[in-house]
Amino acid sequence: MTTQFKDSIETALHNPNLTGALGRFSEAYRVSRAKAYEGIDFETVRDEIVAAKADASSRFEELAQQFKQNAEARGAKVFRTSDPEQVKQYILDLAREQGVQRVVKSKSMASEEIHLNKAFEKAGIEVDETDLGEWIIQLAHQTPSHMVMPAIHMTKEEVATVFSQEVEEGQMPDIPKLVKFARAKLRPKFLQADMGITGANIAVAESGTLVIVTNEGNARLVSTLPRIHVAIVGIEKLVAQVKDITPILTALPRSATGQLLTSYVSMISGQVPNTDGSPKQLHIILMDNHRSDMAKDPMFKEALQCIRCATCLNVCPVFRLVGGHVFGKTYTGGIGTILTAWFDELKKADDIQGLCIQCGTCVPMCPGKIDIPKLILELRRRIVVEKGQSMGMKAIYAVVNNRRLFHSMLRVAAVTQKPFKQGRFIRHLPLFLSDMTEFRSLPAVAPRPLRDTIKEIEQPKSPEKVAFYAGCLIDFCYPEMGESLVKILNKAGIEVIFPDEQTCCGAPARYNGAYEVAGQNARDNLKALLATDVKHVVSACPTCTVALKHDFIETFKSLGESDAMAQAEELSAKAIDFATLVKKLVDEGRLTLKEGETLEKITYHDSCHLKRTLKASQPPRDLLQQAGHELSEMYECDTCCGMAGSYSLKLPEISAPILERKLKFIKETGATKVVMDCPGCVMQIRGGLDKEGSPIHAEHTVETLANRFK
Amino acid sequence: MSHSFESFKTRAEAVSAEVHRFGTQEEATAFLLSFLQEEGVSPQEGAVCAAGTFLDGPRKDDLKVKVPGLSFEVSQAASASSKVGISQLDWGIAATGTLVQDASAVDKRLVSTLPPIHVALLGTDRILADMNSVLEHLRPQELNYISCITGPSRTADIERVLTIGVHGPERLIIVVVDDLQQVMA
Ligand code: SF4
Ligand code: SF4
Repeated sequence: MTTQFKDSIETALHNPNLTGALGRFSEAYRVSRAKAYEGIDFETVRDEIVAAKADASSRFEELAQQFKQNAEARGAKVFRTSDPEQVKQYILDLAREQGVQRVVKSKSMASEEIHLNKAFEKAGIEVDETDLGEWIIQLAHQTPSHMVMPAIHMTKEEVATVFSQEVEEGQMPDIPKLVKFARAKLRPKFLQADMGITGANIAVAESGTLVIVTNEGNARLVSTLPRIHVAIVGIEKLVAQVKDITPILTALPRSATGQLLTSYVSMISGQVPNTDGSPKQLHIILMDNHRSDMAKDPMFKEALQCIRCATCLNVCPVFRLVGGHVFGKTYTGGIGTILTAWFDELKKADDIQGLCIQCGTCVPMCPGKIDIPKLILELRRRIVVEKGQSMGMKAIYAVVNNRRLFHSMLRVAAVTQKPFKQGRFIRHLPLFLSDMTEFRSLPAVAPRPLRDTIKEIEQPKSPEKVAFYAGCLIDFCYPEMGESLVKILNKAGIEVIFPDEQTCCGAPARYNGAYEVAGQNARDNLKALLATDVKHVVSACPTCTVALKHDFIETFKSLGESDAMAQAEELSAKAIDFATLVKKLVDEGRLTLKEGETLEKITYHDSCHLKRTLKASQPPRDLLQQAGHELSEMYECDTCCGMAGSYSLKLPEISAPILERKLKFIKETGATKVVMDCPGCVMQIRGGLDKEGSPIHAEHTVETLANRFK
Repeated sequence: MSHSFESFKTRAEAVSAEVHRFGTQEEATAFLLSFLQEEGVSPQEGAVCAAGTFLDGPRKDDLKVKVPGLSFEVSQAASASSKVGISQLDWGIAATGTLVQDASAVDKRLVSTLPPIHVALLGTDRILADMNSVLEHLRPQELNYISCITGPSRTADIERVLTIGVHGPERLIIVVVDDLQQVMA
């Protein structure tokens, strides 16, 4: 990571206006979005959007030709190019020919992508943004920090200062007055401009229609008053038919701002008269700039289904901390990372791809059904392929890929950690490693791993066996979780076997783009876990379960290796998480919870992978309540705790405030215990509570339930 | 029909539009007259009206006499200096409280964008369920500029505080008239 990047994170985190504004917004956003979707079936709407956009991106060339033909038949001039330089040249030439001196713009991200304003300024042409947020940004010489609300990082005081310095002295930080001021100052610019530039939200091939949505009404003025209208449209805005407009118009305002519809929607399909009655020049630039390359990439094609609603920014636990500027210049947030990698260059996404904590919160809320975390992982993988893994990482992976060496090192750690250990925590680490313990205590490596202790448990011999996949954390730090699991399954008459050859699930390597390493981990585990004849392979770590169920397959796919695919699928069918398995056993009457217990009040934290990939948020809650616990839900129970494997080591400055927020909501419930299903989350949350000296206890569901069965 | 109207009104009012309904064109004209007078429309602070079936013939002449400052000659300059713009809209959408019109004629856009108040006239029977139904009548395949208007102009670009009336009208007055027979657009 570059120091410049680390610095930009520092700056963002120390800007209380930014973190305050974004934090409040992200909370209000969820409520208004949900309200706007009342009575609408989101899944149906997004299926329609995906159908329309996926169809379009599989035949951009055809639709672009069709669009051109239809729009030109109705009086527009359509210019197609893949090169951003040519876009600028076309517009500058046009401006020169037509004697254009003043330009007004309504919001166009495509124009920002190609830095059009700079080109105008160089050519001595006056250009003004008219979207209020964009105008503020322009005056402040900044770049937008959010795709829908470009100036969300600025306070009214800052806006007043910018207006006073750049436009007219003496502006007060009073929002209605600032808005009135903007209206008054921009009005003459609309009236005097010779050229109006807009973007478009949708471009319909069959009719040559551009659909433009705004709330302020500036796009209507920009497309009405100046004698020349230029629309800059990325080809990913193309859809085939007029009927494709409605699902996008249903989702975009609801997802972007919680509105049923924006104040204005303009559908422009051809030449209209100017205010003096002469025919208005309408120029439409269909810009490619790597979009059709993207469409040809089987993995990234889906990113073209984006409707730029910014939901993935608004719900992102990282974005709400650092805001858009850390992400780059034009497109921000998770989707921005992907678009930057393609529209700009892969290299530019090197640092920012690391911001995604892989929590998956954005996935079910994206109207374009884009799996952003998956695509960001793929970027990470490609970056590693392109520039290679760092020496340090290589050394680590060499160890992880050698199970014996890896495990013996962990055993050594159990001894060498002594100087730093107090009880079951490591509270200080020397020098540069101290970042790791700054905001939470780290668990000490257990004196004896589960792979040793499990052999000492006397289990009933049973024909019914399950294999236990422990994962590194339970095996080496929290063996008691594994022991509890054995105890519970034994009560159902099931014998738990522990295949000794099991090794790291490969998630750490995979999440760092080291797919070869992850692939080797997958092969080793397949061999170990499929050697025994069992119905289920159970795991009490959701990240591991996801690896067994999905990631092995995905990793092989990305690597283009198919030889072990059948085994990976066999394992996928057998893999099951602890809570789901136990709930099933309870429902089948094979496990019975002790009755009539009134147990302490608890709160439950949803681990990202359990909730969003394995979709098991209910089984642990049911079990805990059936056991007799009162469940008091915390605010944002399914928001990431900030752990995410090595993320908390690489970006502790982001991980720490995410954890802080989590702890706050846990404390607010008044529960004495917070329960979760992931040893990684236990490590993070328990470590955070310990560091604060809080009496609240954090534990895994398996521990909470260990003695609750008859 | 009245169900559609109620839904339309609820939605439109939820986004700060003002909705009035009248049984007859006479009543609507009377309202318009008193509204323009109350707003102090005068030759200095005028009103511009883009032609429609409603304000045509004798009603138009009558209003012109009673409201000096009301002009039916729409131009950029007249619209930019007027306080009120009046136009007749083609369709309404019950689901969102939206007004839709074929706005290919520039006059229709001038009177609904530049003055701070926009008075929109609509026949009650023109309110349809949703966008899809309207797009069957106002077809982008045929019309070069279709405008959809949902409430007055708004922004939340400074600290996310909703503020009405940035570049477009700060008030949208919707006058729905039961006996207004509109010519199919
Ligand atoms: S990726 Fe999805 S959620 Fe993000 S802006 Fe695009 S459509 Fe919206
Ligand atoms: S997966 Fe989580 S961290 Fe990554 S972009 Fe989506 S919401 Fe943000």
